[in-house]
Amino acid sequence: MAAVEGPASERIELGIREYDVTARKRPVDKSVTRLLEKPEDTSTTDHSELDELQGPFHSGPEVTKACLECHNKAGKQFRKNIHWTWRWHNPRTGQELGKALLVNNFCTNAAGNEGMCAQCHAGYGMTDARTYDFSNEENIDCLVCHESTGTYYKLPPTRGNKACAVMFEGKPPIDWTRVAQSVTLPGRNNCGACHFFGGGGDNVKHGDLSSVLFNPPKDVDVHMSPQGENFACIICHVGEGHKWAGSRYAPLAKDPGETKPGLPRHTATCESCHTHEPHPLGLMGLKLNDHTDRVACPTCHVPAFARGGVATKVHWDWRTAGRLRNGEGYREEGYIQGNGEPRHTYKSIKGSFKYGENLVPEYHWFNGVERYITVHDRFDPSKPVEINHLEGGPDDPNARIWPFKRMVTIQPYDKGNNTLVYMHLWGDDEDAFWGNYDFARAIRRGMADFGLPYSGEYGFIETWSYWPIVHMVAPKEDALACRDCHARQGRLKDLAGFYMPGRDYNPWVDRIGIAVVLATLLGVLGHGLLRVVLAARRR
Amino acid sequence: MSIHKVRVFTRFERFWHWTQALLIFVLLFSGFSIHGLIPGIDFEKLVWTHVGAAVGLMVLWVFAIFWHLTTGNWRHYVPTVNGLFRVARYYAWGIFRGEDHPYRKRFWHKHNPLQALAYLGLKLGLFPVLWATGLAYLFYGFWGQGALTAGSLEWIAVTHTLFAFFMAAFVIIHVYLLTTGESFVEHVKPMITGYDKVELTEAELAYLKEDEPDRVLD
Repeated sequence: MAAVEGPASERIELGIREYDVTARKRPVDKSVTRLLEKPEDTSTTDHSELDELQGPFHSGPEVTKACLECHNKAGKQFRKNIHWTWRWHNPRTGQELGKALLVNNFCTNAAGNEGMCAQCHAGYGMTDARTYDFSNEENIDCLVCHESTGTYYKLPPTRGNKACAVMFEGKPPIDWTRVAQSVTLPGRNNCGACHFFGGGGDNVKHGDLSSVLFNPPKDVDVHMSPQGENFACIICHVGEGHKWAGSRYAPLAKDPGETKPGLPRHTATCESCHTHEPHPLGLMGLKLNDHTDRVACPTCHVPAFARGGVATKVHWDWRTAGRLRNGEGYREEGYIQGNGEPRHTYKSIKGSFKYGENLVPEYHWFNGVERYITVHDRFDPSKPVEINHLEGGPDDPNARIWPFKRMVTIQPYDKGNNTLVYMHLWGDDEDAFWGNYDFARAIRRGMADFGLPYSGEYGFIETWSYWPIVHMVAPKEDALACRDCHARQGRLKDLAGFYMPGRDYNPWVDRIGIAVVLATLLGVLGHGLLRVVLAARRR
Repeated sequence: MSIHKVRVFTRFERFWHWTQALLIFVLLFSGFSIHGLIPGIDFEKLVWTHVGAAVGLMVLWVFAIFWHLTTGNWRHYVPTVNGLFRVARYYAWGIFRGEDHPYRKRFWHKHNPLQALAYLGLKLGLFPVLWATGLAYLFYGFWGQGALTAGSLEWIAVTHTLFAFFMAAFVIIHVYLLTTGESFVEHVKPMITGYDKVELTEAELAYLKEDEPDRVLD
């Protein structure tokens, strides 16, 4: 890896290296799962002693085969799981969603780029979601979710362009037998290995899911911190039979249900543990509980996101992608985040980025319905494209005010058809953008591979995507105070359509009221003055 | 008929008046602060100050209403047109010419007709509207449902604010009128000591001397 001197405070590296960190050994958490919530081991099975897991194993599918011999329903269960299908039908909007189809405003599309992106598919060898055998249960990757050594890692299913070869260098071999014997319920290190690195790196995508949550201090996340509740993700994202709660495509924006006391609930909402009257009894508690029908818990309890020293990407400009040095792609480090680590502000393969930390969310009414702009949908190019439009407003009883990260990106689109485009980014061929740096070819190929109409002319459009901010719940002392919203210039100053005390007023009532008071004041002053003057004259 | 210095404001009445005055000042300042017209104070503290003062005033009112009804003091506020015009004319005209106030306070009519009417308006108009809107505002979580909340809360808040401005205007006029007597201090004194010069009938004087001698000073 050649390091080249760049402008002051910037370091420039040649070559393409993505997701380097995910293949490093991760800190393994002993987080609270159903099996590990007590100090003594309550599991009834020690997998390391099972004959079936003595191996030796030499590949993932071999391990999976062994798993399925005992867990003979797990394969059928998991085949319905979105981590496997990468597709999801939203019954509320009728839209076909999922990584296999959607265009986002980060690397834009996994479709056609599975050779790279399926590094985070919970299966082995998905090089193309259209031809992948989703019925072959032996290709399910049990280990990525269940191993507990922290040494297991996934690499892109294909090698990509030769410039990407550095990504595959120097990885320690996986000890398949050892990781197979280590299986247990998923800890933060399992879920986090992919979800903390979505969008191209640590905390790039969500803003509230970063590597800090592997082992967060209590002030970053009261639930996941070992000094707090030490929860694994699955304590809230609860479920059974490889089906669990909490969907980014169809969040439960207002938890309506209370079950009878003691009955388990399969929702990932705050309310499912805390109820919708969580604040302690008292005047203040009553008033705060008054809020829960219209204000989601994280609105006050996640005062800022990207906390704990890891930044999130907030702006991405694809237009600058493709600059070369010595004929090669390169990367610039131009941002030092809170924990001292540098972040890339430019990559030839992706363009320019801006980062942020400790960011105040945007707030929107949201009823849980997101309407996506898919690659098939036409839009009006005169204004920014909302990739996932949030539905709901103050007059919708199912909507509440939720906090969001808004990602802003300038990305390629089909100028003739006014649609988003698939780009062919990954591949060892003449068209792959990551290696050849030619938008025209990458888009033409990306669209053609899926038989999508393409006008042949591309432009750049500003896109927005909204990411609900729900993790990184702060200690209650750090929750928002009333004045943060109940003020004329507070956090909710841009939310229209409802009356909020402290923020709103009727300007005419104020004008009339002030006029009445001033007129009264002037009236009595005039009256008094006249009395004094006339009394003096009488004397 | 003769004029005497009589205790017209009982201890409870004076306590009621001054406590109410204090609470109204607290409510006005905290209220207009919450509304954003007086900047720089913490919203949460203001809200609880406002609610606390309002609850205090409500408790006081429960006692005051009981007192008015059981002691018959409500009669001081029965409106009358008899002499109303003369008093109004006095404040608009006679006062500038150094005329004497046309009204003589009587034992069961210690307020002049204009004053009685103003207080009646305060008690039956201004206060109830502020109470009702204030309580609806405070407890909107118990009745406001979904979409309904958005519009109706605004009307309640706006009405509450508008009447708060009227309340402020009332306070200004009320305090100013204290300067129209012999002196500001002389005018305030009865509400402190309880004693004021009142016209008594022979029967009233005889009754007081016989049954409540300490209520008549001379």
